[in-house]
Amino acid sequence: MLGYLIRRVLAAVPVMGVVALFVFLLLRLTPGDPAAILAGDNATPERLERIRASLGLNEPLIVQFITWVNKLLHGDLGTSLISNLPVMKMIGQRVEPSISIALSTIILAVIVAVPLGVIAAWKHGTWIDRFVMGLSVLGFSVPVFVVGYLLIQVFAIELRWVPVQGFRSIFNGFGPFFERIILPTCALSFIYIALIARMTRAAMLDVLGEDYVRTARAKGINEVAVMMRHALRNAAVPVITVIGTGFALLISGVVVTESVFNIPGIGRLTVDAVLARDYPVIQAMILLTSLIYVVVNLLIDVAYTLLDPRIRY
Amino acid sequence: MTNTILDINNLVVSIGKKPKGVNIIDGISIQVRERETLCLVGESGSGKSVTSLTTMGLLPKGTLVPTGGSVKLVGEELLTATDRRLRQLRATKMAMIFQEPMTALNPVVPVGRQIDEVLRAHTDLDGKARKKRILDMMEQVHLPQVERIFASYPHRLSGGQRQRIMIAMALVLEPKLLIADEPTTALDVTTQKQILTLIRELQRDHGTAVLFITHDMGVVAEIADRVAVMRQGRLVETGPLDTVLRNPTMEYTRNLLASVPSLVPRAPREDSREPVVLEANELSKVYKERAFFGKGREVVAADKVTLTLRKGRTLGIVGESGSGKSTVARCIVRLIDPTSGGVRLAGREIADISRRLLQPHRQKIQIVFQDPYRSLNPRVTVGDSIAEGPINYGVSQADAMKRARELLELVGLPADAVSRYPHQFSGGQRQRIAIARALALDPDVLVADEAVSALDVSVQAQVLELLDEIQNRLGIAILFITHDLRVAAQICDEVVVMQHGRVVEQGPAAEVLTHPKQAYTKALLDAAPGRGWDFANFRPVAEGVGATV
Repeated sequence: MLGYLIRRVLAAVPVMGVVALFVFLLLRLTPGDPAAILAGDNATPERLERIRASLGLNEPLIVQFITWVNKLLHGDLGTSLISNLPVMKMIGQRVEPSISIALSTIILAVIVAVPLGVIAAWKHGTWIDRFVMGLSVLGFSVPVFVVGYLLIQVFAIELRWVPVQGFRSIFNGFGPFFERIILPTCALSFIYIALIARMTRAAMLDVLGEDYVRTARAKGINEVAVMMRHALRNAAVPVITVIGTGFALLISGVVVTESVFNIPGIGRLTVDAVLARDYPVIQAMILLTSLIYVVVNLLIDVAYTLLDPRIRY
Repeated sequence: MTNTILDINNLVVSIGKKPKGVNIIDGISIQVRERETLCLVGESGSGKSVTSLTTMGLLPKGTLVPTGGSVKLVGEELLTATDRRLRQLRATKMAMIFQEPMTALNPVVPVGRQIDEVLRAHTDLDGKARKKRILDMMEQVHLPQVERIFASYPHRLSGGQRQRIMIAMALVLEPKLLIADEPTTALDVTTQKQILTLIRELQRDHGTAVLFITHDMGVVAEIADRVAVMRQGRLVETGPLDTVLRNPTMEYTRNLLASVPSLVPRAPREDSREPVVLEANELSKVYKERAFFGKGREVVAADKVTLTLRKGRTLGIVGESGSGKSTVARCIVRLIDPTSGGVRLAGREIADISRRLLQPHRQKIQIVFQDPYRSLNPRVTVGDSIAEGPINYGVSQADAMKRARELLELVGLPADAVSRYPHQFSGGQRQRIAIARALALDPDVLVADEAVSALDVSVQAQVLELLDEIQNRLGIAILFITHDLRVAAQICDEVVVMQHGRVVEQGPAAEVLTHPKQAYTKALLDAAPGRGWDFANFRPVAEGVGATV
């Protein structure tokens, strides 16, 4: 198992290397002078020269790459062209809200969706099943900002139970953190509940037709044990896959939710950077997103081997 | 005086709850007594599995419903019992083993824990006592290294070992009734023999009543005390084994027995002087498992297999699962590429030519697969399926369709079947369509890969007859791959016996199957169930030999 983990981590290195190369070339291969792109339309020649020097653009391409990777490995992602802050620091400030929301959303979604999916599959074809599936269609079709504004209207403005917007770090106390994260979590988890419930139901229906489920019933054990011990564990692999990819999507792709609830997360950072052509930040975000996907995929694969003894690498 | 353990009386099972639903089981009555094995025999769709699932209370809810009669287990009515009571009875009073040991165990739970679940659900024993009992039971079913197997996952065990686990699980609480639903059908003959012996032995030791469901008359002859023959949800005939096999009173039973192919090979045909159409020369296939780090693994699926087939003759490749017989067939047809060795088809070497160069030769060799339910594209009409090959080789659409109609008539189906879809046909009819499809290209060689194994015996007999007739009419050569020695004895001129990828023995069928030289061939023949019976003549083989001499 440990050997497998080490092999997998090592195999991730070339993947990240390719991503790094791509990110590096992104700026260099864009038509025109990279320094001019970075400096914007109204740059003075002195400023251009300064940028060129700071990026080492006068060096050969391979030397530039090695220097860049070397800086990367030392945690230096460059400096934002807009705010002049180190990119590392900017991302550092934004990561906590994004990860908090992604985690809480996926946890809530799993807690609600998996039992719904199991029950729907167990009561397949009954009104319970149809009700759950109806809910999931609703979850898929209502846009997240609609849910978000509805929740704000009801719980923050009418009932005044929670603040309207914003984010507090969990390190400043759980209460204020929880108050502010609960609404975006609910809004965002809607679609994930729909997705995971559907996936769980489909996987369970497949498994419930298997011979070993019949064997389990023939043993005379109760239905809860049949469902949980025999069916759900075997249905887990596709469900875990959806949960994992869902989580990766959540970290980088919750721009709308962050806007609705005015949360300073990395989704908005990315959008702002793209709109302002803040290349160092864009590059850092691409790297970060890829890293998250690689790590999540690694975790999914490890989860497979834990869930299913037949899967060995 | 022996007690009746299971008493099924006038049972009716219908589709759905509607009063006018179709009856899947239509008033059957059977009894199984202590220490007795009742074999429930019938072809697919006869309702034998539904009968057993009704007894266990495991019918799919809402789709199949018992609507009449009674099922009593040691005097207790099961049809009206609550779910809770049925759960209590399962494993303690009645237990069941299933056909597919490969899928009947949960793949993600160690087998020991799966047996343990039975004890935890039904007894108050502590962990230590439970484990002792499980290991003891595993020894009773003759599993080796019980401690190791206890902690193993199912995929680490062979099919036979898994079925032993299933049996241990079923019998660990000494139920009064054991229902065995085709427990050996998915196993190789040698394993089948061991499992049948085991069931016999455990039944003797525990006094269990066994309801044994099978479609295989050979197995019936091995294990039954009494036989009940079912057909389309009704009981056709029931009686002691000897009576049913010797003097079946009903026409259906007679036909069923008469369809069982004999292990005694058919009279050999004259030696052929026709040209050789297919030759395999030291054909080998090695599967290499490549590893990213570390060493790969090699599996030799076929090892230097040499065989020849003449025009108008049938060559059988027989062997158990994993013997490499299908690998050889697929290499010859070039569905997979052989690792080394040669294949000459009508005098042309085809083993190592490129796929593009192979294309004109493909039409000379065609294959029919095992499962007629999966080998035809469900969304393509039968006519298009048959015509597709000729059209690929440049025949016009109209001519190919005309030919498809002729071929359908050749295989005994109406010509207007061209416009229908595969799901509108039965398994036997689909296999006829698959044969027609293969014949559409006028091949020199027809490869039949377990082509009759999925069919009921009566249908099997018809398809074998059809193949024979086509061979006589078209002079086609047939390479017939089968695990069933009975089938091989009835259709093959020569046989090749394979084990672990190697040819163990080859020669004329009449010779190899009556006077085998190799120990493995002898073991295979010895394990063939019901080898002592000549079913088609309603007498033991020994009596037949005595009568003719």
